[in-house]
Amino acid sequence: MSLKVRIIPCLDVKEGRVVKGVNFVRLRDAGDPVEAAMRYDADGADELCFLDIAASLEHRNTMLDLVSRTADVCFMPLTVGGGVRNSRDVEALLRAGADKVSLNSAAVADSSRVEEAAKRFGSQCVVVAIDAKSVSAGRWEIFTHGGKRATGIDALDFAREVHNRGAGEILLTSMDSDGTKSGFDLELTRAVSEAVSIPVVASGGVGNLDHLVEGITIGKASAVLAASIFHFGEHTICEAKHHMAQAGIPVRIT
Amino acid sequence: MRTVIVDYNSGNLHSAEKSARRMAAEAGAGDVILASEADIIAEADRIILPGVGAFADCRASLAAKGLDEAICHAVENRGIPFLGICVGMQLTAGFGLEHGCTKGFGWIPGKVVPIERFGNLKIPHMGWNSLRLIGTHPLFEGLGEGADVYFVHSYHLLPSQSGDCIAETDYGLPVTAAVASGNVAGTQFHPEKSQQAGLRILDNFFKWKPG
Repeated sequence: MSLKVRIIPCLDVKEGRVVKGVNFVRLRDAGDPVEAAMRYDADGADELCFLDIAASLEHRNTMLDLVSRTADVCFMPLTVGGGVRNSRDVEALLRAGADKVSLNSAAVADSSRVEEAAKRFGSQCVVVAIDAKSVSAGRWEIFTHGGKRATGIDALDFAREVHNRGAGEILLTSMDSDGTKSGFDLELTRAVSEAVSIPVVASGGVGNLDHLVEGITIGKASAVLAASIFHFGEHTICEAKHHMAQAGIPVRIT
Repeated sequence: MRTVIVDYNSGNLHSAEKSARRMAAEAGAGDVILASEADIIAEADRIILPGVGAFADCRASLAAKGLDEAICHAVENRGIPFLGICVGMQLTAGFGLEHGCTKGFGWIPGKVVPIERFGNLKIPHMGWNSLRLIGTHPLFEGLGEGADVYFVHSYHLLPSQSGDCIAETDYGLPVTAAVASGNVAGTQFHPEKSQQAGLRILDNFFKWKPG
């Protein structure tokens, strides 16, 4: 009897279709997001994450429609991120059926947007997605625009800042690990998890089920997010949960 | 028969609406509508009050549109079944302490207080946690002991009458998961986000005939 560690499959979406970026550059098309969401729902995923990786203005309604159609059929928490600029975008996504909305570049550009969204909609639905890259031993910096743009902002300072501004959760992606299948950046994950008292979701680099375990036991994350190992059928959510349970981690077995 | 989900611009009503509609159809409990008009709410046969955000803000939004009086009329004078979800559940309390001290509906005597942080456990309490049922309430009929449901909150309701707490969950310390008294019930967790266990609870709500 305790809070379960969450396993969150993430679907990278572009123009209404699922893709998975390898280091955010090469993409492969892998189907209909709603169908994938239903599969994950049936398989006992604890949450689902949609990331709009192109987030172009002309496809904004495509994303809203996708969120709405997913919320029609999946009765589990749904986080949506990518290109969220302000409270109006947050509201549109919540109205469409998202439970949490993640802010990334907009939060880096102006962290008061986190505060504004948290005040208006509650901290429980405001996630800040932090993309961090190692710059020297024990130091990570925030990168935006899919890892292309350096900001010079210290990742731990920024995590504390958005926590103080009312973020309810941090989605932490290591830009060094993402797409490598070599596991989370555990040192980064642990440093951020210990820097804030809100939940941290570890992301970037999962290549096998042991990586998920390490994210919790060593990285001290509250939840783990992965894309390709689930999406290309290498492992099921159910298999991942049994693997974590064997390692002594509390999970929800459905 | 008409169930009204109270729409007062408090977050995502989409999944509450979809899941309630589905379970109402299965239970043969008539239609489910979203409404933000006081007269429609006052005449409802069942009310679901969702709510996200802060206690004081939710209470103020309800009051601004006179919806609080409509809800009170239906619940207190007509005795219809009421289900509060998350902050909607917290609003059944005597008062809440989030963003100042604010009066609730007072159906469940007690107060809404911050979850006490235990050790290095994270706040908000976010994710799936098991229910420990206290007594037997029709809302939980057919639900196995220890069923996991989805929580996301930083405050919880501490009833002053222990009999009003019908389920707890463990987050280092006990956290109130559900309350009930007479025709009023509330869940701190989100049944509309809790997959099969949550759908079962909604189904039970539609079949519930209090008193």
